[in-house]
Amino acid sequence: MNDFGRTGRRGVLAGMSALFLSACSKVGETQAGKALLKGAQTWHKYANRAIAGREALVPEYPRSAISPFFRGNGSTDPQNGDYQQQAAAGFADWCLEVRGMVDRPMSLDMDQIRALPQRTQVTRHDCVEGWSAIGEWTGPQLSTILDAAGVREGAQFVVFRCADNLGGSDYYESVDMIDAYHPQTIVAHLLNGEPLPIRNGAPLRMRVEKHVGYKHAKYLTAIELVDTLDGIGDGGGGYWEDRAGYQWYAGM
Amino acid sequence: MTEAVAGSTIDVPREAPDARSRKRHRLSTRIWHWVNLWAVVVLFMSGLNISNAHPYLYWGQWGFAPEQAWLAVPRFPGWMTIPDYYSLSAARDWHFLAAWVFSLGLLAMWIAMLANRHFWQDLRTRPEEWRSKAIARDIVQHLKLNFDHGAGKYNFLQKLAYGLVLGVLLPGMILTGIAISPGMEPAFGWMVDLMGGRQSARSFHFLFAWGIFAFFVVHVLLVLLSGPIGQMRAMIFGGKEP
Repeated sequence: MNDFGRTGRRGVLAGMSALFLSACSKVGETQAGKALLKGAQTWHKYANRAIAGREALVPEYPRSAISPFFRGNGSTDPQNGDYQQQAAAGFADWCLEVRGMVDRPMSLDMDQIRALPQRTQVTRHDCVEGWSAIGEWTGPQLSTILDAAGVREGAQFVVFRCADNLGGSDYYESVDMIDAYHPQTIVAHLLNGEPLPIRNGAPLRMRVEKHVGYKHAKYLTAIELVDTLDGIGDGGGGYWEDRAGYQWYAGM
Repeated sequence: MTEAVAGSTIDVPREAPDARSRKRHRLSTRIWHWVNLWAVVVLFMSGLNISNAHPYLYWGQWGFAPEQAWLAVPRFPGWMTIPDYYSLSAARDWHFLAAWVFSLGLLAMWIAMLANRHFWQDLRTRPEEWRSKAIARDIVQHLKLNFDHGAGKYNFLQKLAYGLVLGVLLPGMILTGIAISPGMEPAFGWMVDLMGGRQSARSFHFLFAWGIFAFFVVHVLLVLLSGPIGQMRAMIFGGKEP
């Protein structure tokens, strides 16, 4: 086939694709289209929970399955606020605040967190982009902390506040009470038996094992109980949800 | 076709043919065909956008660096992807929406195919068709672009291709898709292990998608070669059994 034929055919293909793509983006821009596109994640949430169960555990691996390196993504070395100073001091003064709709707001220092009953789990981390790594995480279950603070009736979501600031916005994430009380949802301070490296969220990060990576908030400073996500960030329930339209339910 | 084997049944319709069964393609087949075409195209094109997010494929449970990859996937240009610019979040929205249409559609089609005997009568291969001589003859007929099927609705290669797509590739996309969803992990961890790990499942998801693409190309090509107007009319309005 000569060059003209090849470009011609490519042109027809690209033209057909352009028609289809513009139809798709038109649909995506309508209110109904947006609702439909965003609705699919809710069906996934119900399907996940109906099929897998709310409390069912993700597989845990033997220590021999741990991958040789645990990649960092997004913020890997926060430069804002006093994070660098805290890092230089070995995070000796780091505190985790528990606030919002709780009976006993509190501030836990690292020793108090290490003194709580611990859970250790070797799990696989799946980044939304597609890569995976396996690591051993240790820390108290979030449910232990929530029960100690006394969650008030009407609280619907747990918001994770973080020390890192990306592109002018503070990182935050949120889960509903079902995932907050999942046995494998822990506030991790150790990775493979060592204090968390900075690229993996030192000194504290969330592990929310049934979700892809961006839910596992790093550089955790506070846990906030709320009845609605409105007014938190732009109301999408998380940094990537607000900034780039990522799915709030991230179990797929 | 000879049905000389003692005790074998000849597949003549058992009941008197009504208007519906005289159609070349049943209504359920036609509806599913077009709905599925939409779903597969959206899944494929949004999938290429998702692939651009991390264009490396691995075997096993984990993998995160190019040097661990068995394949570095080329970057797909905007005219091949949904949306037509790089957006992992929007591509995932389209992918998950189309995944529901695709999965429920395939489930409905399988139920319909078993209930209306389409699978049993038209798609099942017969032992005599698996003889090497018969296969060779079928290949030769395809190469000669002779599309006369004789008695059956489909010839052996067609049945094989449709069977592979309906029975392996399309359901395989759903199973490998479930296997790479962390929310399904508690229920299907064993399936992920069976596939060799999460990154293996992701690799299979990718390979199966291109398998379906290859089928799509050959399928459209053969429609074009075998009288596109008549084939399209039959696939839209049902056509008449010859």
